[in-house]
Amino acid sequence: MVWTYRTAVSIALIAVLFVINWALDAYVIDYIVRIIMQCGINAILAVGLNLINGTTGQFSLGHAGFMAVGAYATAFAVIHFESWLGFSANNIPAPWMQGLLLSAGLLVGALFAGLAGLLVGAPSLRLRGDYLAIVTLGFAEIIRLLFTNTEALGGATGYSGGRPLGLPNYTNFFWVFLWAILLITLIGNFTFSSYGRALRAIREDEIATEALGMNTTRLKVLASVISAAAVGVAGGLYAHLNNVIRPDDFKMDRSVAMIVMILVGGLGSVSGAIIGAIFVGVTLEAMRDIQQYRLLAYSLLLIGLMIARPQGLLGTRELRLPAFLRRKRGGAA
Amino acid sequence: MSTFLQQLVNGLSVGSIYALIALGYTMVYGTLGLINFAHGEVFMIGCYIGLYSALWLGYDAAAAASFSPMSATLVLLLAMAGAAIVGMLIERFAYRPLRGATRLAPLITAIGVSLLLQNVAVLAFSANPRSFPSIITEHRIEFGGVTITNIKLFIFAVSFLLMLALEFFVKKTWTGRAMRAISFNLPAAKLMGVPADRVISLTFAIGSALAAAGGILFGLDQTKLEPLMGNMIGLKAFIAAVLGGIGNIRGAAIGGVLIGVAELMTAGYISSDYRDAITFVILIVILLFRPQGLLGVVRQEKV
Repeated sequence: MVWTYRTAVSIALIAVLFVINWALDAYVIDYIVRIIMQCGINAILAVGLNLINGTTGQFSLGHAGFMAVGAYATAFAVIHFESWLGFSANNIPAPWMQGLLLSAGLLVGALFAGLAGLLVGAPSLRLRGDYLAIVTLGFAEIIRLLFTNTEALGGATGYSGGRPLGLPNYTNFFWVFLWAILLITLIGNFTFSSYGRALRAIREDEIATEALGMNTTRLKVLASVISAAAVGVAGGLYAHLNNVIRPDDFKMDRSVAMIVMILVGGLGSVSGAIIGAIFVGVTLEAMRDIQQYRLLAYSLLLIGLMIARPQGLLGTRELRLPAFLRRKRGGAA
Repeated sequence: MSTFLQQLVNGLSVGSIYALIALGYTMVYGTLGLINFAHGEVFMIGCYIGLYSALWLGYDAAAAASFSPMSATLVLLLAMAGAAIVGMLIERFAYRPLRGATRLAPLITAIGVSLLLQNVAVLAFSANPRSFPSIITEHRIEFGGVTITNIKLFIFAVSFLLMLALEFFVKKTWTGRAMRAISFNLPAAKLMGVPADRVISLTFAIGSALAAAGGILFGLDQTKLEPLMGNMIGLKAFIAAVLGGIGNIRGAAIGGVLIGVAELMTAGYISSDYRDAITFVILIVILLFRPQGLLGVVRQEKV
């Protein structure tokens, strides 16, 4: 019974996304659609980062690096898949094919970002607290320098797949939100599984968790890999929303923006992360005219938040679906 | 061989600037257990204060040679005093309200303060790079194929004297002893009547003044300043502090010099593109194999 319910929900969801996608295309100006997509991408970033920073309590300042890896790997893969399949400027893939190409690329992006999460996480997660923050920041900087110095990926001027028009804009509402819902559900379920409980135990007291027989290093690395892979997918979606990706798109301020997202909503809360993601997505656009004050506003927000309400809007609590929507799941949630 | 020596001299001079900044990190970490992310920005602000006080003292780029050594010293002192005030204000308004909070809150606040100062600096001083006044006229000294400038010698002298003064202050004065007491055990020091808030405030002031001195020396050496320069240099100085063993003042000095030399050797023998990366490689290696740093002591973690 559970399966039929879930299948029905999934099909309904895809249908709803499809209809909204069509409606947005037909009736809403591109500018607004772009902001909505940006919010969806932010939600993936925030939920991904929250798994390691909030749930596990291991403060990473370098997730912009994983986002960069995901973005470059996805864009590189999509460009190469296209040329293998014989698509070109005169032979543009059909819309459904574009989505499949993008998704295949995103899988590659997630793979590489996850791998980066493993390589960075395995040594650095042995450190604690503020050391970890600095080391992850250092890794992100190294990743950025590597992309800046790799001529095959465009170097400092950025990667556009070697095309005059730049990377194809395959990211649309449907695919952003399909991936967002998929990843948020996966990470949400992981957070509330026995693994997630162990991760929260590490956040509360790492030594006690270890004394209970948990392999804390392995758990932390696992969380880091999943988190990096999710952020990598967001990077891939970001890449195909734009025509070119530059190493400088992934500087420290991007990591800080992600941190603002999870702090506003509440460190350790999945639904809080989503709220924060939307908050940042909307306010960033709202402050477009006063661009030079944007980071100023965020920094004041960070300081004020830490002094006045360090737990964020929701703390570690979750917003849940209304009871009548939850009951049908037969307690499996 | 002469390349090696030249890079060594350059590395030592950059390294002593890093060392001066690293001292601030290590002192604050020693007393509060906090990585003061905004320290790099204090360095930047010190540099700008130096620029403006030189202009205020009548510096004229056309007649740079007529700028007296007296005024140059005054520039250095003004920058140090100004930065000390900035450091104390940061501590008072951003970190003190959070004393006793979780470990993460001050770290995040520190990132916030760092961003805030960067952006205020962009608004106040404009994002365009400015050139630092050459308040000391450069003379070159050739020495066995190696060029040393009087500015480099000045950098060595000033940083060495400041480090010596700090060492004396921490080891021999009452306030220095109070600092060490706080870093050893804050609650116990308070119970013994150490005015902790005042001493911590002073720690920030001294650390910031040293960073500003580093800023002036950096300005003299590189002759260029911009609002975002504190970011990378602050990070490198922090890494220097970690390399030497964070909380350890001599360690910070050694770490700074080592980082500076490693960086210039990389620039000289590999590629200047990887000049910044080598520092992070050093950080990662040291954290993996000797996380307490070169001179640090291992502290057993207790439940």
